[in-house]
Amino acid sequence: MQNTVNDIASLEKKSVMYRRQILKCIKHANKGHTAGSLSCTDILNVLYNRVMNVSPNNFSDPNRDRYIQSKGHSVEALYTVLSDVGFFPESELYTFSKYQSHFVGHPTRKVPGIEHNTGALGHGLSVSVGLALAAKLDKAPFKVYTLLGDGELAEGSNWEAMMAAGHYGLDNMLAIIDYNKLQITGPVDSVLKVEPLREKIEAFGWEVQETDGHNLAEMEQLFSSIPFKAGKPNLVIAHTVKGKGVSFMENNHVWHHKVPDDNEYATALDELRLE
Amino acid sequence: MLKEEKPNQIIFSETLMDLAASDRNIIVTTSDSRGSGKLVPFSEAFPDQIIETGIAEQNLVGISAGLASAGKNVFAVSPSCFLTARALEQIKNDIAYSDHPVRLVGISAGVSYGDLGSTHHSIHDLAALRAINNLIIIVPADNFETREAVKFAYHSRNPVFLRFGKKPMYTLHNSETRFEAGKAITVREGSDLAFIANGETVYRALQAAMLLEVENIDARVVSMHTIKPLDRQAVINAAKECGSVITVEEHFIHGGLGEACAATLMEAGISVPFRIAGIPDEYTVTGGQNDILSHYGISAEGLRDKAKKLLQLQTQ
Repeated sequence: MQNTVNDIASLEKKSVMYRRQILKCIKHANKGHTAGSLSCTDILNVLYNRVMNVSPNNFSDPNRDRYIQSKGHSVEALYTVLSDVGFFPESELYTFSKYQSHFVGHPTRKVPGIEHNTGALGHGLSVSVGLALAAKLDKAPFKVYTLLGDGELAEGSNWEAMMAAGHYGLDNMLAIIDYNKLQITGPVDSVLKVEPLREKIEAFGWEVQETDGHNLAEMEQLFSSIPFKAGKPNLVIAHTVKGKGVSFMENNHVWHHKVPDDNEYATALDELRLE
Repeated sequence: MLKEEKPNQIIFSETLMDLAASDRNIIVTTSDSRGSGKLVPFSEAFPDQIIETGIAEQNLVGISAGLASAGKNVFAVSPSCFLTARALEQIKNDIAYSDHPVRLVGISAGVSYGDLGSTHHSIHDLAALRAINNLIIIVPADNFETREAVKFAYHSRNPVFLRFGKKPMYTLHNSETRFEAGKAITVREGSDLAFIANGETVYRALQAAMLLEVENIDARVVSMHTIKPLDRQAVINAAKECGSVITVEEHFIHGGLGEACAATLMEAGISVPFRIAGIPDEYTVTGGQNDILSHYGISAEGLRDKAKKLLQLQTQ
């Protein structure tokens, strides 16, 4: 564990700073997946600053922890956090979506700190299963963390991966569902029902916990305590708010990849203040 | 008469066992296909080096990418028809785009499963994979090429797709032959016409060349085992030196070896009589592998007839 940030108040400040940075980046590019990045900001904050053993200093170490972002479209949040923990300078964030920049709209390994190229949904969990299997084979100490969207759970490959992780008892992996309950068209359960989510995943042999995906202390405690049960893969359903932190974006699916206009941007930054 | 040897799939398995004997990092992933992949001996010798994903090709490829990402030397083995269609997006994104050097092994390819019907035919695979960046594609024609291709793939730092059939193969090469990925092998010299073939059709082209020899037609036979990157110079030489070209493949006529060669010649400004022998754009005829290939003229006699027809065209 890195413990680069030692108290929850500092961590909360980081979340505000990250959200401001995400919006700045999206506004600068005039492109981006706005609300989904804001919903997973706190999860990434906890993972990179309090839980995972991965940093620019150990990124070539085979025993570093691995992070795979299956919901690749929320890349602005990931780029922001990677920049803050030192993988590249903040200035590179402003090349996001620009001609010949590596900072494209979904994660690629050309960006320092990215483990795997994602963007097409339903891929990350299988890759994570492969990484976790490799760790088991080598008796290596690293753990594998995967961020899943809720809408992407309609992709059948996720359930193939869940079956495999359960079958092989991969207790060295933690999947986190950013459960903001909205996707591009509208409510997840109106597009294609995922509930009863917990029961489904438990039936695949996983140990499931639920948390408030914006409660940093609670997430730190949970994410740091895997395996929840020896011999079972771990999953946290993180209940989140899409667009979290900006009142008019919260729980409104139109902000899935909408860019704020100048007034909206000013209002958003006004709401996201460092106390 | 050429000597019949083992199916390439068995040679693949044997070569892999040789490699695994000194590399505990070799991992085979398989989708309930260790039997058809001839991997039972491997699984018995190296039980800790084979991972079963069940009948789930997308997961097979994704897991293989993860294993490779953690430093494993992965061979992902699955029937080509499912591997390259069901899991095409995983091949594109998790292997090729993410640049994890997984060796994808398409078994029972082409119309190896001929009598099982079109669901089990893999005559789209080369077209689909040729359209993906960062993937070397090899279709070996005999046991020697297979052994060498597996060793090449093992050492490759880029993703590789290997395509194998089920039937025993004939030895096409002698001890002097050298294999290099991306370099075609001339199986038979000739100057009147060139057959450029790959995989199981090379032997058929060679048989056709022998029939043509009786009629004083001297046909070259080229094994274009690597379809990507293509040995463009071998294609150009064949056209320039032989004057007519027939490509032969156990694949749909669109998107495979034939169109790759045609594009090469067009771009080089070379226009010669040219035919693509493959599976045409129709519901594939029913029958076993031999029935299907022969039906579409991919047989000694069929290819001989195509060659004679093409040469007449040339003299008109």
